[in-house]
Amino acid sequence: MACSGAAYEIMRWADAAKAENGVDLKIKLVDKAAMDRSGAVAQGLSAINTYIGDAQDPADYARMVSNDLMGITRDDLAYDVGRHVDESVHLFEEWGLPIWKTDEAGERHDGSVEMPKLKDGGKPVRSGKWQIMINGESYKWIVAEAAKKALGMDRIQERIFIVKLVNDKNDKNRIAGAVGFSVRDHKVVVYKAKAILLAAGGCVNLFRPRSVGEGQGRAWYPVWNAGSTYTMAAEAGAELTMMENRFVPARFKDGYGPVGAWFLLFKAQATNANGEVYMQKNKEMLNDYPPYGQAAVPASCLRNHLMLKEMKEGRGPIYMDTVTALAKLKETLSPREVKHLEAEAWEDFLDMCVGQCGIWVGENIEPEKKNSELMPTEPYLLGSHSGCCGIWTSGPEDVGAPTSEGQAGVPAHLPQGWNWGYRGMTTVKGLFTAGDGVGASGHKFSSGSHAEGRLAAKAMVKYCVDNKDMNVELDTDPAVLVEQIYKPVRNFLEFKDYTTAIDVNPNYITPKMLQFRLQKIMDEYVAGVATYYTTNDKMLAVAEEKLGMLKEDAEKMRAKDLHELLRAWENYHRILTAEAHMKHIQFREESRYPGFYYRMDKNFVDEQNWKCFVNSIYDKTTKTWTCFKRAHVDLVDKSKLFKPAAH
Amino acid sequence: MPTFVRTDKCDGCKGQDKTACMYICPHDLMKLDKDGSETGHAMRAFNQEPEQCWECYSCVKICPQQAIEARHYADVVPLGGSVQPLRGSDSIMWTIKFRNGTLKRFKFPIRTTPEGSIDCYGGKPAASMANIAKSGFFNQMNGYRTGNPAELIRK
Repeated sequence: MACSGAAYEIMRWADAAKAENGVDLKIKLVDKAAMDRSGAVAQGLSAINTYIGDAQDPADYARMVSNDLMGITRDDLAYDVGRHVDESVHLFEEWGLPIWKTDEAGERHDGSVEMPKLKDGGKPVRSGKWQIMINGESYKWIVAEAAKKALGMDRIQERIFIVKLVNDKNDKNRIAGAVGFSVRDHKVVVYKAKAILLAAGGCVNLFRPRSVGEGQGRAWYPVWNAGSTYTMAAEAGAELTMMENRFVPARFKDGYGPVGAWFLLFKAQATNANGEVYMQKNKEMLNDYPPYGQAAVPASCLRNHLMLKEMKEGRGPIYMDTVTALAKLKETLSPREVKHLEAEAWEDFLDMCVGQCGIWVGENIEPEKKNSELMPTEPYLLGSHSGCCGIWTSGPEDVGAPTSEGQAGVPAHLPQGWNWGYRGMTTVKGLFTAGDGVGASGHKFSSGSHAEGRLAAKAMVKYCVDNKDMNVELDTDPAVLVEQIYKPVRNFLEFKDYTTAIDVNPNYITPKMLQFRLQKIMDEYVAGVATYYTTNDKMLAVAEEKLGMLKEDAEKMRAKDLHELLRAWENYHRILTAEAHMKHIQFREESRYPGFYYRMDKNFVDEQNWKCFVNSIYDKTTKTWTCFKRAHVDLVDKSKLFKPAAH
Repeated sequence: MPTFVRTDKCDGCKGQDKTACMYICPHDLMKLDKDGSETGHAMRAFNQEPEQCWECYSCVKICPQQAIEARHYADVVPLGGSVQPLRGSDSIMWTIKFRNGTLKRFKFPIRTTPEGSIDCYGGKPAASMANIAKSGFFNQMNGYRTGNPAELIRK
């Protein structure tokens, strides 16, 4: 979504730069898949989770984002998304995305019914305070069509997987290009660029998933999100932020179907095996985490925290009580409306998670007759959904963000305040990010990511105009870069005839086995599902040693064809992202996200010492991380969220 | 739940270099077996890494022969159910068959404009470099939320 947003916005500003400044920009969009169905929205969505509307303030949105992420987010970034995001949603509707509407009688209609548009005051169907319902099977297809039209196909290259960024020869803190390879033809591509937008999603399958056979690919977030955004940024020297943060969604078990509409639109409740509503039963536990547990909507991790108590104490399975919810709704509905309600419940999955329907049909589950199990998933790393790991980026200058750093220990070459001239730029000059790439500002979702891509695109044009006479030069010879990319292929060709079975060979490791090793380490030592999301300093030390050896062995990955070369590089990206996650958890001596992970040696939230950002930089020569604190500052008043503590 | 390709329906997209499913799969899973050396079925596509399938149905929806279906993942789901779409230009039809034989059909809209009809900058202003450092996009459609300035406590 971020790249499609950037594609749309950039051409208008590029045209202006040409007309007014005489700067003729060369622009290229590179996608590892096909734009129509690439990225997190490939399958479609049943809701747009960020639509502010005219009755709420961007400050309300920034407050919600902050509380859901336990108080440590960048208000400047969230506020900026909040004031821009509806513009993108209005475009989606113009382009043809069907958006559900409510009529004057309060009845809801799907997006095929002719109703006033949102931009003209049409009333969306709110499934929650921030969410609106859509018929979104073709959401990405539609947004991609606009992006392709804006750019023109000659500026687009698909099926090129970018694996490394290249810094400038004369300024190691500036970006100069990127390299990748075609997954279709035997071709390596080297790009030189003054400005690059790196937006390649979050990270999936770095932890051992709950399904380990054929169902391994049925991750909650898309399995093709391989941590490329975080790893390439880190290797280029960009400062990362909040990499300790993770998201552990509680979803319909095994299919990972969405729960939002069930909770918010159908008013279903989650219960333990005895039918007890654990959010009620265990609500006192929320008081252990003031003030975040005391907001009207407690932070997502705390909702998991209350659920996990039931699971650990043997009162599972956990259920979504779909039967009661639908029965209650039917009491007041006409037969026509009941039929519509059933379709809505199925569409919720069919638009974005067909796999959940697969579970339902296989297990004969009709939601009005049988409740479905819920389960917290394996951990995911992302910055656009209910998580906030990512890259430290320059924010807007007009919202009162700090211009100096209040915390000692930040490496001298890094910026001091929260903005350094170009919205969306990382701490590496010319390297921008958006969507899952932008850290410390979650809850952007699809629409916010699109808007953020547009903001970055505009700033990139400004950067290129401001630096029109600057020349960048790759710091590494292209021939060397080509060799680095093909290393797994060379490993295979050199050693393949040493053994009879090509997958078992002491001289190389298959990308698949390397991924299993990564998942085993992360699951067992870095608070995966195997330990109910718990770890401690000793377990992290073991993980560190094992990840170190895994990183060394990544040099010995083999690729027997282009498809496996794709997997090899994806898994390399996963390893470094995983290592960043581990290092940040190790550095943050508290358990900031109870329900997502617990450091049992520091099992508390420590507002005094750790209400701050944890940031890091990676040195690709020594292959080591440096973690440090940055001061957290509120730009909007958070006290409006909280009720007084019960004790 | 990996997708599978039916030998009786797939035509390898009539010998083109690239099949529709190969073009669309976000995870590079679909592959054309040109000479039959990998599957025993020449000029048919197949899912080369089923355990990496996200079941996004992109290949199922795009296949011009309706040759691709999904068999829900065998390590999790009992056999016998199926969820099959037919995606048109403005709507999608789903046929849902339960293991116990129950059948359901649903039809949902997918877009309100003809495919390919988006006029992305039609009726919209050009950008002006005078605004490039300001908040806001090149174009506004009643969606920019200015916000109450009093909410920004440090400004």
